[in-house]
Amino acid sequence: MAKKKTIRTIPQARTPMPEQAPRARARNFGEVACGYTLENALVEAERCLQCPDQPCVRGCPVGIDIPSFIAKIAERNHRGAYDVITDTNLLPAVCGRVCPQESQCEGVCTVGDTLEPVAIGRLERFVGDMAIREGWINLPYVEPTGFRVGIVGSGPAGMACAADMAKAGCEVVVYEALHEPGGVLKYGIPDFRLPNEVIDVEIDKLRRLGVRFECNTLVGRLFTIEQMIAEMGFDAVFIGTGAGYPSFMGIPGESLNGVLSANELLTRCNLMRARDFPSFDTPLMPGRRVVVIGAGNTAMDALRVSLRLGAEQAICVYRRSRAEAPARAEEIHHAGEEGVAFRWLTSPVEVLGDAQKRVRGLRCQAMELGEPDASGRRRPVPVPGSEFEIECDSVVYAIGTNANPIVGQTSKLRLDRRGYIETDDDLATSILGVYAGGDIVTGAATVIEAMGAGRRAARSMKAYLGLRDSDVVFAESAPYEARRFGFPPGERGHARLRLA
Amino acid sequence: MSPDSGESFEIVAREDYSDVTFMLDIRHPAMARAAKAGQFVIVMEHAQGERIPLTLADFDPARGTITLVIQAVGKTTREMQRNCLAGTTLHAVVGPMGIPSHVGSAGKVLCVGGGLGVAPVFPQARAHARNGATVIGVLGFRNRDAMFWEDRFRGVCDELIVCTDDGSAGLKGLVTRGMEQALAAHPDIDECIAIGPPVMMKACAEVTRPRRIRTVVSLNPVMVDGTGMCGGCRVKIGEGVKFACVDGPDFDAHEVDFDDLMARLARFRPAEGEALRKWEESCRLGAAQPASGERY
Repeated sequence: MAKKKTIRTIPQARTPMPEQAPRARARNFGEVACGYTLENALVEAERCLQCPDQPCVRGCPVGIDIPSFIAKIAERNHRGAYDVITDTNLLPAVCGRVCPQESQCEGVCTVGDTLEPVAIGRLERFVGDMAIREGWINLPYVEPTGFRVGIVGSGPAGMACAADMAKAGCEVVVYEALHEPGGVLKYGIPDFRLPNEVIDVEIDKLRRLGVRFECNTLVGRLFTIEQMIAEMGFDAVFIGTGAGYPSFMGIPGESLNGVLSANELLTRCNLMRARDFPSFDTPLMPGRRVVVIGAGNTAMDALRVSLRLGAEQAICVYRRSRAEAPARAEEIHHAGEEGVAFRWLTSPVEVLGDAQKRVRGLRCQAMELGEPDASGRRRPVPVPGSEFEIECDSVVYAIGTNANPIVGQTSKLRLDRRGYIETDDDLATSILGVYAGGDIVTGAATVIEAMGAGRRAARSMKAYLGLRDSDVVFAESAPYEARRFGFPPGERGHARLRLA
Repeated sequence: MSPDSGESFEIVAREDYSDVTFMLDIRHPAMARAAKAGQFVIVMEHAQGERIPLTLADFDPARGTITLVIQAVGKTTREMQRNCLAGTTLHAVVGPMGIPSHVGSAGKVLCVGGGLGVAPVFPQARAHARNGATVIGVLGFRNRDAMFWEDRFRGVCDELIVCTDDGSAGLKGLVTRGMEQALAAHPDIDECIAIGPPVMMKACAEVTRPRRIRTVVSLNPVMVDGTGMCGGCRVKIGEGVKFACVDGPDFDAHEVDFDDLMARLARFRPAEGEALRKWEESCRLGAAQPASGERY
């Protein structure tokens, strides 16, 4: 190997992501970030010090062997890089796009102590996209165990859990209430951040692992969780139904036409393709001047979708300041570039309507930051006499969600005070054999956290079923015995994998 | 995307009740077993279609079918009227959704259905009859030609009053007239169920309010997913806001803000008008449109 790299010998500047120009992209649904080229990826891979500490691996919710896959990119062994990632993460093209890397792997990167951290997310996406283009797939041959596992919800938590259980040799059925699988990845995250085609490729990989998707199935109402265990022959069940149930503020005027949740705006636009109305039948009637309340990632999505739907102005209203905004810095930056206006330290007090009960404006008041509250952030307090109006014809709420009540209405699962499912550290619920993870346990969080929960639950479910953890895919070059995990093929109760 | 099991949602029977009202029996054995009175389904006719909520009009566990009665008013329902023939399939049918109606200990129940609302009130009338209640039915139609399911209601009701707007059958007048008649004859009615257009349900609520009779209405606002995720179906109930899809669809009629409901139902009217105009135009031009199912 060449001379040891040091912080002084690596390329100093982080390789920028090629992007569509803000003006152009704000009017189309094409991806904002175009992805690294081969040259970009090689340069950026050189920036990894291959430090022995590997803080990035610990910073990753699913524990990807980040230095190894970056080393493979540097060696131009892209297939090798893909194999390393898929040891622990089935969906690199998704995670490379939507993970908040700045608070995970990149946030703790050693290079980041001195320079800008290695662009791990961009490199992961580079590998994931190449796998899609090249049609790579690491499909293990799986010896069936005879166990049946039911998964409720086909979002990131359900998909991650399904992948692990299928690789462990279980027969996996995923139930989805909507007419297409993918959950929030499909209905929530817009195409310019995560194209639906990318999700379909990943779902197809799960199908090829033997996972069956049953859409149009509302678990709880068509059959209950208890029935899945008692009558339908499932040995274990995972619940990953997400949070849902959008919050409103309870201020006057919220039932006016033109007030909607970010969930509704995004679902109509992304899943139902209302942006192509009337070729697609779902209407949306986007506003000309849109105010979005909230400053999380969902709010940024709603603002940027509104611009692409033709809004002349998209205004973000948030009661704290930019420093407290929960959205990723990159999302706020992108939204600003595209022309989103920000009204920080502003809190709505009333939605104003016209005689036809349509929105005509939003009355707000200015806020200032007071003492820190329970969350450690400085509490916003109203400035007396500071009320003013923003003219708008649409108000979108992106201030979070509450627990979906369906599971609680239809099962005896123990819930916490807020209506989320109560689990122990192994993500086991109060019903034997039933596990839960993702937003329905923690409340709204990120895609990768939900995937991490799905995988953690899968580990617990394997232990519950007496299956040895076996989620490793071996390269074809590995010796035959190693492909069998080093234990004798005749041994019972193990999932045995080898490359097909 | 159809389910991996290859299951499709086949229309096994269709009956037309008038030039705009038609009935579909759809094969769905699991839903036929699980469904209870008061629940609804969401239907997508084809892959580019919209998701529309429809209250279950019937379900038959023995035959493995669910029944919907649909009125062709907008683009989607007009298209369904044309395309949804026996033997064809629907792109998506999901349900049963919503909290089932409460069928309690009421001894005497008044079931009121107006227009299309006649269909979804039927499972409730039947459930109360099976529960041993005395059931008095009041059905309202525009005229004699628009009538349907009188025979079904006769089978479960102890007494049935039919009203038509023009008097061409039964009592001349609105369902509220039939209700007044029923309430005069039966001052001991414990509960009233009213399903129909919002303006009708509002009027029904005003008939029972002074008499302090518990009255339940079934609301069908605009919704997308039907699972509590979009919040499009929020309705004002008393001082609070509820989502009709997961907190309803049944609500206490005396608490519902019907004016708010009606205003919100008009939310997409301009877009709906545009869609219908474009569709009618394409029909006039005889544009080749596949009967149903996948369009791409």
